Amino acid sequence: MKPITILNSEQFALTIKRLCFQLIENHENFEESVIVGLQPRGVLLADRLAQSLREILKSPTISCGHLDITFYRDDFRRKEKPLEASPTNMNFTVEDKRVILVDDVLFTGRTIRSGLEALVDFGRPRSVELLVLIDRRFKRQIPVQADYVGRWVDSIAAQRVGVEWAESEGKDRVIMHTTDEQ
Amino acid sequence: MKTLRVNHLLGIKDLQPEEIQLIFETADHFKEVINRPIKKVPSLRDITIANLFFENSTRTKLSFELAEKRLSADVVNFSSSSSSVNKGETLIDTVNNILAMKIDMVVMRHPNPGAAHFLSTRVNSRIVNAGDGTHEHPTQALLDAYSIREKTGDVAGKKVLIVGDILHSRVALSNIYCLQKLGAEVKVCGPSTLIPKYIKALNVEVEPDLIKGLNWCDVANMLRIQLERQGGGHAYFPSLREYTMMYGLNKERLDRLNKEITIMHPGPINRGVEITSDVADSDHSIILNQVENGVAIRMAVLYLLASKIERP
Repeated sequence: MKPITILNSEQFALTIKRLCFQLIENHENFEESVIVGLQPRGVLLADRLAQSLREILKSPTISCGHLDITFYRDDFRRKEKPLEASPTNMNFTVEDKRVILVDDVLFTGRTIRSGLEALVDFGRPRSVELLVLIDRRFKRQIPVQADYVGRWVDSIAAQRVGVEWAESEGKDRVIMHTTDEQ
Repeated sequence: MKTLRVNHLLGIKDLQPEEIQLIFETADHFKEVINRPIKKVPSLRDITIANLFFENSTRTKLSFELAEKRLSADVVNFSSSSSSVNKGETLIDTVNNILAMKIDMVVMRHPNPGAAHFLSTRVNSRIVNAGDGTHEHPTQALLDAYSIREKTGDVAGKKVLIVGDILHSRVALSNIYCLQKLGAEVKVCGPSTLIPKYIKALNVEVEPDLIKGLNWCDVANMLRIQLERQGGGHAYFPSLREYTMMYGLNKERLDRLNKEITIMHPGPINRGVEITSDVADSDHSIILNQVENGVAIRMAVLYLLASKIERP
């Protein structure tokens, strides 16, 4: 089946911009706030948000880290192969900071659970919020909800939501594939 | 996604270059973990590991134990000096007794070459060889090569000189296998009584002259003179003083070279014998980096092997 486009490039840019302004509403100048993107795909969104926020606020000091959650996952030894890790790059602690956890797609919620566990190894944050570009609602296996959402998507398990980036795939867009085997 | 082909780490000889690279890449992540404010991840929280040391060890045992704890594994320790081995129990009986307590992995050091391999064919548990007699010490070779990679960028194409007691050294044998698999060139240097006859079969050249060897190499790995394996004093060379004069590394010898080389030592150092203090503590030395990298490498090995343990 042909993939369905959920966000094209223009809608994608608009959504990022809207999410930035929603963040500014709550975090003002980001003095007490840090953005933490989850590896491997959430970091692209986190970097994009941080870059847009720096431009909008004309403040070059917004902190943005990359957090890898591989060693905190709950499916270790439940897969055929070892879970492959990505680099963690957190050159700040989150002690008493307002953390905005960022991922591209919220699906079962298990990644976010692992992310929360990994996050406290870098300090005790004052608060943690969750921002996602796509929320595949009704598919949660763990009680996790996002505070900021780019787009809600209703999907069935056989469908896959792909977030593509100009940096890695050549074009900003979000598409939904339906896999044939069911 | 990548995985190890081996189920146990018995020696470097069994590993493919891609498996060594996978261990290095995994160790990169663990190196970041052990430099965090909280240096611990929960990956192995349902794994129990037994450290069986039938031979004395301080740093290897400490390094393994630390690696296991940083991965949240449960750890039990055993050393032969305080055990029933002295009452005549066999290796298999000792180990089966320990495994009856539901152990998932065994880290073992043993004075007999091949002990880890023997165990791997007879018990249903993952084995990591932490040194078997004069045979292999795979995690030491991995951390040595990893430290060279960290210091110089890549192991391939580097010239490595291993100096000292090659005959009794499991570190030397594992290092030779590991460095050659990664594309480095290896020469050994030491008194002819301490160079094994099989060294030619490993494609390793012998350099009897330390100065020539140092001028050739990028990295010099100064092995410890193993006084405990020399059997009845210094049977392999006339005196320690003579050994130091011929094969000891000191600042003067290092300064005479027209280039900078990296100095390694697997520890424990006999200061003033194979290496002087001013060299061991100089900027050229990566001895303490080796120790730090040892924890990261052992975490990577344990993590990759544990991921292959089937769930009950």
